[in-house]
Amino acid sequence: MSQIAIQLEKIGKQYHIGRKQNGHRSLQDVVTDALVSPFRRAGRLLTGRATAAADVDQTFWALRDVSLEVKYGELVGIIGRNGAGKTTLLKILSRITEPTEGHGEIHGRVGSLLEVGTGFHPELTGRENLFLNGAILGMRKAEIELKFDEIVAFAEIDKFIDTPVKHYSSGMYVRLAFAVAAHLEPEILLVDEVLAVGDAAFQKKCLGKMSEVSRGGRTVIFISHNMAAVENLCDKGILLEDGIITFSGDIKQTVDRYLQGVSGQARSIGSGIIDLSNAARPPQCRPLLKRLELFTDQDRPLNGGLRMGSTFKAYIHFELEEPTSRLDACLGFDNSFGQRVFTAHSLFEPQKACGERVGEQVFVCEIPSLTLVPGEYKIKVSLSIRGWPRDWVEDAARLTILESDYYGTGRVPWNGFFVLKHRWHLRGSQEE
Amino acid sequence: MLGEEVKILRRMGTSVRLPSNTAPVIRIEAAKAWPSLKLGELWGYRELIYFLIWRDIKVRYKQTVLGAGWAIIQPLFTMLLFSLFFGRLARVPSDGIPYPLFSFCALVPWSYFSNGLTQASNSLVSNSSLIKKVYFPRLAIPIAKVLSALVDFGLAFVLLLGMTFYYGLHPTFRMLCVPLFLLLAMVTALGAAFWLSALNVRIRDVEQALPFLAQVWLFATPIAYPSSLLSQPWRTLYAINPMVGVVEGFRWALIGTNTTPGPMLVVSCLVAVAMLVIGAFWFRRLEKTFADIL
Repeated sequence: MSQIAIQLEKIGKQYHIGRKQNGHRSLQDVVTDALVSPFRRAGRLLTGRATAAADVDQTFWALRDVSLEVKYGELVGIIGRNGAGKTTLLKILSRITEPTEGHGEIHGRVGSLLEVGTGFHPELTGRENLFLNGAILGMRKAEIELKFDEIVAFAEIDKFIDTPVKHYSSGMYVRLAFAVAAHLEPEILLVDEVLAVGDAAFQKKCLGKMSEVSRGGRTVIFISHNMAAVENLCDKGILLEDGIITFSGDIKQTVDRYLQGVSGQARSIGSGIIDLSNAARPPQCRPLLKRLELFTDQDRPLNGGLRMGSTFKAYIHFELEEPTSRLDACLGFDNSFGQRVFTAHSLFEPQKACGERVGEQVFVCEIPSLTLVPGEYKIKVSLSIRGWPRDWVEDAARLTILESDYYGTGRVPWNGFFVLKHRWHLRGSQEE
Repeated sequence: MLGEEVKILRRMGTSVRLPSNTAPVIRIEAAKAWPSLKLGELWGYRELIYFLIWRDIKVRYKQTVLGAGWAIIQPLFTMLLFSLFFGRLARVPSDGIPYPLFSFCALVPWSYFSNGLTQASNSLVSNSSLIKKVYFPRLAIPIAKVLSALVDFGLAFVLLLGMTFYYGLHPTFRMLCVPLFLLLAMVTALGAAFWLSALNVRIRDVEQALPFLAQVWLFATPIAYPSSLLSQPWRTLYAINPMVGVVEGFRWALIGTNTTPGPMLVVSCLVAVAMLVIGAFWFRRLEKTFADIL
């Protein structure tokens, strides 16, 4: 028996856009289409304005040539921008829609979670909805009965279980919906962006529950925009771009690839090299600063965002017009509110015996782990000689700090300026 | 620490546990022009059908004053109107049976059919959120609707039995055939609903046309009048409308009309079954686009 859980070969999904097949049609549309469009198309073809059917029935491929193989017990994260085809792929895997071409096989019972609370009816009570929703998600009645108490406890709604859900607060509603879904135990679980619901504490509970699911050796395919969650939960990653798999492999590498692409698009540091010789600077400054080169882990050029906690390395190229040994280069980080969050001075370096120098110089600044919280930062570069600032560029580069699983919990810090490694323990606990 | 915990869980997750040999193999491929009905799979989802029926029944009369009384009110008032206009004023013959009983005996299965058909035909559109988010055999939705309408039928049927007693008719062994005629009504409703519900996904005009269609069908069925108005070869041909067989069957079984519904029943059954089978295939054929269009 093979160990393959999911195997897809050259799956493609074509959608029709434009006039035809765009949603439902009224009879009038159908009739007029049927009567008019042959003539219209014939006319276009005759006048040479359309060469093929494309003008009449526009189509696009939401997925193309998607081949993949997932083994039992693998946790796979599918990432990509909006519209890259992630949900379409999940819909094909869960058989909600059929592919236009290609074929595949899935070995095992599939549970899909594309939305929480599918099929909830407002007039029914929590208890009734729990059973209905469970059945819709593919649980057996006996299975639901068995897990009933556990689900209710998980959702923290035991007092309101016999109240119609229309009287629920939105938080209660989501909790109940997710509690049902979290107790689904198929061999293959497909999950779409559903962790984005509920409050932070409940989200954490859900992440824990999902990890538990994987403990049983189940296969999980997970879609999310929360890179920290994906990275934490998954072992393997698949990157979808415009309906095509552009990368697959280790989840860290996949997330890296994705983030590079994303921030590359969002106007940041282009190739990692910033020319400073013509940058805007105060009038009293001499243009001594020439160039700024930025790198990240393994000396790769920083040509996108930097993941929280990664290495940040800056090469500051400058020119000294007269010989001196008393010089200080500085890198400042301002957050999007204009607050200075961190300044790095070469003066702070203890081994600073550099001797007297003149001409072209390069100062290298390395921050082994830049722990600023995710967001946009402005980098200011300046150079002081003999204690006097001689040149500075206020807005030398824009740096995007990207989410990463810094704490190893899948949680992204949502406030404060930076992250720090720290530990917690309860006094008297046996665990430490 | 939570981080450690998660890591341990993840490590455990990668210890491969193969599912049993009975694990189903699901094939994913572009649908063929005429796919199979997958009735076995439908049977596997019987619990879902049960829950859908149960939901419909629970929800149908919530927040109404008369509640389940509506199941009776509709056929009862139609019967009163028919008795007044067709029975009293137009003096339509009724095979020697008191006109109210004659028409009510037909209206009870008819109401079941028309309610089941109307609700089932709109069911795919009204359950679009389900269809777009979860996989299950789509046939389950109209099937559940047609089955859940049986509750209303049951209530109205009790009233019908009471009425036959009131008119001094005694039940005979013919009554045992009622479930068969009910089954015929069910098959007819399902067959028509497969066609209409699938079409409604694409062309929403179906929803608008339904009340009108039901009305035309009502008068094309011998409810207000007896089929004995037609002479023989035509009467059997008339049963191409399967509801003719249902109504004549009910009358034969419950109030003892002597229209010998035999040949009519054969025709009705054949048509109903053909409609059901072809309808199911047509439904399955259109099914693959439901999630994309809804």
